[in-house]
Amino acid sequence: MLEVKNLTFEVNENGIKRRIVKDISFQVADGEMLVITGPNGGGKSTLAKVLMGIEKSSDGQILLDGEDITSYDINHRANAGIGFAFQQPPRFKGMTVRRLMTLSAGRELTHAQCCRMLSMVGLCAQEYVDREVDGTLSGGEMKRLEIATVLAKPHKLCIFDEPEAGIDLWSFSMLVQQFEKIHLEKKESLILISHQERIIQMADRIMVIEDGRIASIGSRDDVLPGLFKDEGCACPNRA
Amino acid sequence: MTELDRITARILEQISGGEFRQKGAFNLRQNGTALCHGDSEHVKIRKKEDKQGIDVYIDGDTDGEQVHIPVVVNASGMTDIVYNDFYVAEGANVTIVAGCGIHNSGCNESRHDGIHSFHIAKSANVRYEEKHYGEGEGTGAKVLNPVTNIYLEEDAVFTLDTAQIKGVDSTKRETNITMDKGAKLFVTEKLMTHDHQTAVSDMEVQMNGEDSSAQIISRSVAKGTSTQVFHPRAVGNSKCHAHVQCDSIIMDQAQVSSIPEINAKHLDAAIIHEAAIGRINDEQLIKLRTLGMTEEEAEGVIIDNFLN
Repeated sequence: MLEVKNLTFEVNENGIKRRIVKDISFQVADGEMLVITGPNGGGKSTLAKVLMGIEKSSDGQILLDGEDITSYDINHRANAGIGFAFQQPPRFKGMTVRRLMTLSAGRELTHAQCCRMLSMVGLCAQEYVDREVDGTLSGGEMKRLEIATVLAKPHKLCIFDEPEAGIDLWSFSMLVQQFEKIHLEKKESLILISHQERIIQMADRIMVIEDGRIASIGSRDDVLPGLFKDEGCACPNRA
Repeated sequence: MTELDRITARILEQISGGEFRQKGAFNLRQNGTALCHGDSEHVKIRKKEDKQGIDVYIDGDTDGEQVHIPVVVNASGMTDIVYNDFYVAEGANVTIVAGCGIHNSGCNESRHDGIHSFHIAKSANVRYEEKHYGEGEGTGAKVLNPVTNIYLEEDAVFTLDTAQIKGVDSTKRETNITMDKGAKLFVTEKLMTHDHQTAVSDMEVQMNGEDSSAQIISRSVAKGTSTQVFHPRAVGNSKCHAHVQCDSIIMDQAQVSSIPEINAKHLDAAIIHEAAIGRINDEQLIKLRTLGMTEEEAEGVIIDNFLN
């Protein structure tokens, strides 16, 4: 279980402190899927980075299965059982897809194992294993590979930052199936940051973040109806 | 079979990746003399009469054979200059594995200058692998100055794969290639420098023949206070195409200069160059750290793969 208590993250901009994440508290139970959504610039991705240790929290506490991991750096959090899929994954000149998958799995992989992992995200291993993770892969291919790196080994908690971004519809359907499968198995807790209705509808609970704060949190049935409600246009010029 | 001392065996392991065997066609040069050598049915190695070095004759029926010609220098203060000429007959398909390792346990400079000339006949296919490595607890410099001249006849294919692994204090590499009609060249140059080391690589490719093509990829990592200078030059004298790409990772207080030069002397010469120098990307480090690696481990993985 993940427990986040009064988490705050602030940056110093020209001597002025600006809070990006403001006193956020929530929990994610074992096997639970929490989808975080909300307007752009609200602090969702920053919160995910703070959970992974990529950004250091200014205040608050993060507990994973009761263990206080607040002071852990990135690799210690990874070794404690947190996986993280980046919204914009980096490219590695000279590194093959097979090598990246091996590093992600933490063990040598057979061709068949590599194939299985890549097919989960709609990539054919035959075409990809020996390719370099460089500019020759498209943004969508990079994104699918990024997700495969997180699925390559079991975690206690997986965080996916906008997994749907840049992925074609066919691959997105495969990805949704994969998330549903993980969710059904209840082996890993999932935090998905998403704007995609189909992903939001999979959630056990939904958390809406606006302006660095939790605007609402609750079960899918409680939060979802209010999310896509047409509140009309407030533009004064509209008749 | 000639018994090898511990240092020679260890250096051979480094420069040949454990593939050197005293069988088939081979020539092991140690401290300026041929320690052992062998011929095969299709590859004959002859000692030069007028100067240091060997002539290697590879006949046209050679198909997939490897020829190993490593050099080991483990005498401190030695300067070894060697001239090796390779004559590859029409239609041959061969891999030549060279490489030089220096072990210097003394205070004097140890140096090896290998001047290699390749005469590649029509439609022959040659892969040439060369690794350079230095080691030893002495203060004497380990210097390697290779000169590689390649002459490609019509439709010949040459793949040049060079790597400076580590431990070479100073290197000045000079590579000259001339290409006839339809000839193809693939060059991969990998270089690592550290501490106060210096490396200079000058390469010139003259594409004289119609439809000749060249792909040159240079990747390097400079650490410590080391300096590197790259100057690949591709000259299109006819309808041809070439792609030159130089990528370097710079660390610590190192310095890298990359000066790619492309020179078109024909309307249909299509030549491209790209050059990039930069530090290790923070996002790459963070990604690998999210897989459980420390920053140092992640850095090592990025460098190893970059120079893969």
